[in-house]
Amino acid sequence: MKARLITPAVGLLMVLPSHAATIAMEDQSQLVPHSVESPASVFQPPAEKDLPDNAYGKLVRQGYALFVDTKRLAPQFVGNGLNCSNCHLNQGRLANSAPLWAAYPMYPAYRKKNDKVNTYAERLQGCFQFSMNGGTPPAADSPEITALSVYSYWLASKAPLGVELPGRGYPEVAQPADGYSLARGAQVYGEQCAVCHGPQGQGQKVGDDYAMPPLWGKDSYNWGAGMHRINTAASFIKHNMPLGKGGSLSDQQAWDVAAYVNSHERPQDPRLVDGSVEKTRLKFHANDGVNLYGQTVEGVLIGQGIR
Amino acid sequence: MKALQRVLISSALLLLMDNAQALDGKKIFMEGGAQPGAMPCVACHGADGSGMAAAGFPRLAGLPAAYVRKQLEDFKSGSRSNPVMRPLAIALTQAELDALSQAIAAMPAPAPAALHRSEMPTTAAQQLAWQGAWERQIPACVSCHGPAGSGIGDAFPPLAGQPAAYLAAQLSAWQNGTRRNDANDLMGRIAKSLTAEEVQGVAQYFASLNVEVKP
Repeated sequence: MKARLITPAVGLLMVLPSHAATIAMEDQSQLVPHSVESPASVFQPPAEKDLPDNAYGKLVRQGYALFVDTKRLAPQFVGNGLNCSNCHLNQGRLANSAPLWAAYPMYPAYRKKNDKVNTYAERLQGCFQFSMNGGTPPAADSPEITALSVYSYWLASKAPLGVELPGRGYPEVAQPADGYSLARGAQVYGEQCAVCHGPQGQGQKVGDDYAMPPLWGKDSYNWGAGMHRINTAASFIKHNMPLGKGGSLSDQQAWDVAAYVNSHERPQDPRLVDGSVEKTRLKFHANDGVNLYGQTVEGVLIGQGIR
Repeated sequence: MKALQRVLISSALLLLMDNAQALDGKKIFMEGGAQPGAMPCVACHGADGSGMAAAGFPRLAGLPAAYVRKQLEDFKSGSRSNPVMRPLAIALTQAELDALSQAIAAMPAPAPAALHRSEMPTTAAQQLAWQGAWERQIPACVSCHGPAGSGIGDAFPPLAGQPAAYLAAQLSAWQNGTRRNDANDLMGRIAKSLTAEEVQGVAQYFASLNVEVKP
């Protein structure tokens, strides 16, 4: 199983940078479960109208622009069709939608799995490599990481450091007793999701840019992204989907449709070990929540990747 | 009785389908349908289908055929209640509805100037349109209707350049339930969460967006 198909003549030159690219944070493991918070009771980030008209305010605005228009403004670091704001709703402000104000104060953080302390910049690089399928991510001191860090810092103004705030991440929705069903998930998808994300999960564009994000296929998150876990997607979906109707699906529906979405092919995990889906499954997916990577569903090996 | 109706309708449809190719949608738009009461669209929506802003009659030119077709069916069924459009839609045959929808979709479509999500809002209406009001679970208008309000696919119509009176009237109709023909109450639920001031604000905002008809 080849990670990339490259013509031999240019293969050596091209393969080195892309394969030798250090994965800044291999650990994409999920956050610990926490309670659901209603928007009214959670941390309130500052308002845009209060942004100072100076160099700092300008950088915050640049971070905002990058966050909501990532593909268009940083195409060299986005290998798919997504924007940060697709998974972090309301410009990274929404509780239970992995808000930036809850993430920023929790870094640097030690991660057991890769046995190192990860900075916030490294966490953002992880997003670029996995969720944005972006190859080599912007450097820690790049304009992109700087602007996004400053935007996050600003949203976290007056938040306590190192304290897990209510509404962080996607509060875990426990797996239903009967597990999940891809067939039921397909039905939920057709009834509730396809109107925006398309019957083939392909998303919808306005001009050249996706206005509604693709959920699988070459322009969606890769097999290394946290969202590829069924439990993580189920939690995101339960709290936030359909857009504006968060909480309307049952836990079962959220799990079913998350499994359906994450049973489809997407770009390969950039941590691919020796070109082997099985080795990659054992190293990175076997103990990473509930996921279908490297498993065979209806006779088809899931996780072969798509380009 | 129902079965007989179905047979009759199907037979009529078959007969009409033979003529479907021959039906000129643009002619129906300009002159009306064959049956009594099928008044011409041009009277209210203008010869170029650009609507009549002062009266609140919407632009039709360039709307997706499937969207137009669905609205006409919904006028008939009453899931989009409109005393003017209902008898008109009923008076049109299925074949005429098909031809008309196609003709409307083929009329030169106005295109709003490009706008990107990276713009930060400066007014309350822009904030609602571009970012939503999430403390009330209201997503940004543009997340479904496109960054410049140009519409997305067959389900989410363009808002840019539509008459403010039309947009406000639709939001009111969603609010009071006289329009309920959306997918899964997506629009209905949002409209019911808007204040009267917000309805006017976003209606004015999208109406104010410049649209140019591309030749």
